[in-house]
Amino acid sequence: MKRIAVASGKGGTGKTTVAVALAESLSSNNGQPVLISDCDVEAPNVHLYLDPEIQQSKGVHILIPQIDENKCTGCGVCSEVCQYNAIIILKDRPMVFPSLCHGCGSCALNCPDNAIREIPNQIGTLERGTGKEEIFLRYGLLDPGEPLTVPVISDLRKWNDGFSLDIEIIDSPPGASCPVVEAIRGVDFLILVTEPTPFGLHDLKQAHQVANELGIQAGVIINRDGMGETDIGEYCNQNNIALLMKIPLDKEIGAGLARGDTLLEIYPEYGDKFRALFGEISKSIEEVVG
Amino acid sequence: MTQLVILSGKGGTGKTNLSAAFSYLYKQDYPDREAILVDADVDAANLALLLEAEEQTKELFIGGAIARIDQTFCASCGRCQEVCRYDAVFENDHEYTIDPIGCEGCAACLYQCPENAIALETQQAGEWYISETPYGKFFHAHLYPAQENSGKLVALIKSRAQEELESSGADLMLVDGPPGIGCPVISAVSGADVVLIVTEPTVAGLHDLGRVLETTTHFEVQVEVCINKADLYPEGAQQIRNYCEEKGIDILGEIPYDMAVPQAMNQGQPVTKFDPESQSAQAISSIWGRLVTIVEQHSPNDELIQIN
Repeated sequence: MKRIAVASGKGGTGKTTVAVALAESLSSNNGQPVLISDCDVEAPNVHLYLDPEIQQSKGVHILIPQIDENKCTGCGVCSEVCQYNAIIILKDRPMVFPSLCHGCGSCALNCPDNAIREIPNQIGTLERGTGKEEIFLRYGLLDPGEPLTVPVISDLRKWNDGFSLDIEIIDSPPGASCPVVEAIRGVDFLILVTEPTPFGLHDLKQAHQVANELGIQAGVIINRDGMGETDIGEYCNQNNIALLMKIPLDKEIGAGLARGDTLLEIYPEYGDKFRALFGEISKSIEEVVG
Repeated sequence: MTQLVILSGKGGTGKTNLSAAFSYLYKQDYPDREAILVDADVDAANLALLLEAEEQTKELFIGGAIARIDQTFCASCGRCQEVCRYDAVFENDHEYTIDPIGCEGCAACLYQCPENAIALETQQAGEWYISETPYGKFFHAHLYPAQENSGKLVALIKSRAQEELESSGADLMLVDGPPGIGCPVISAVSGADVVLIVTEPTVAGLHDLGRVLETTTHFEVQVEVCINKADLYPEGAQQIRNYCEEKGIDILGEIPYDMAVPQAMNQGQPVTKFDPESQSAQAISSIWGRLVTIVEQHSPNDELIQIN
């Protein structure tokens, strides 16, 4: 199995556009089974382009403590061991704040009176199904108001029963912190999408550092080429990172994506470009593995 | 004192360009008043690039702790691996180690280790700065790549900015928010009086607008919407107008697609300063005019009246 993730640092540079184009180029040509995993669970958008028929969904839960008042002696150990201030002791009785709980289970493990039971608390949902060009899609949705993004991404990536595919493409969240790490850990290659502006370059550096820290091979796609004057190519040269493709600033592309069309629907010639790109990426993955 | 937070759900809709443009307009409108500016998008912090920011102070940000096993005391019983819910404990030839990237710092392993071989260690996870800009004092930060706790860092710089707001007698805190709806967004919205959501007329923009609106319902905050790149896809803009009308939310204004925005960005300037006559700057000024009225309704005197 080859896993390729698409990330960016800066939001709105075209991660989803690239992830969908890559999946569609492989799937539409020779019916190669492709899985696309939308790990941007705060703002997932891949399904808007693939129009999937959802075949399965399930909740994402973390386990939060429930105190058995009959057994609790008010000793306060649960509050002491909790690193997230999710349990406070009020008048000798513990009070739980579910929105602060990370579901680590430490309070229940350490309660000397066995007075804590853990109950599931839903923080999001996962969905999967088949969309355009028989692309298999799975995505997560963090419930609005819930802060914990990582468990939703982690559960999504583990939802593997019932299918095995040769190629997985991961659409990562923006930024360069823990949700990105959770989304791209263990992938074989990372495509970093940026735009030639000072913001694009600044955030590309951040995302590239994440790739380096995780030891993942990366390459760059410049989107909206011509929008600004920032020299992304120079950064790529200096840092020995492959410049994979340039997608020009083009109002047709902008308007098409706005409507919900994919890049390949707007300009079918991108099919060949992305298939060639996949060939290059596969080669460099094999070089590293071999 | 009013706290205004700019959000979007979807990334790249124009939060930072708008924040910079507003910073400039505020100073133009009220040369005698002070605004406190905050960049709450700490893992892709770009507002400094538009504000001619001159760093005055720099402090370290200590992030959440992570667990570490002292091999001299470890008896290789494997209890730490059993209790870890984040798959952060690895065993290799009876030697147990903790992956610092996977570790959540929950300390479950520490309390369960029968040999007391595990300790929590704090780590430097970023830096935060106070800078001078022509438009007011600016609080911003840099979260190191691959770190967690961006919510904590957002909360930290916002609380420092709040102290400055109170001690300096400034009237406005303007916060450039992060994308998404998770932890950093929740930290950015906490304490806000007014949230302005910048959306764009794309299928993704509308979808994510819905999600950020659902998130803000968890807070007592006034929510306004504006549409950026509004002429990119007119039907999409109409869908947003319809959607907002259904929800009873006013649209403060619409900004056309305009190359003056990336040009201003390339010059490191707010578009309202770089090219005030441009279509986008004109539209932003008119949105700002309506926003100022709303912001002023949240002044302390009005709040007293509301409480009474």
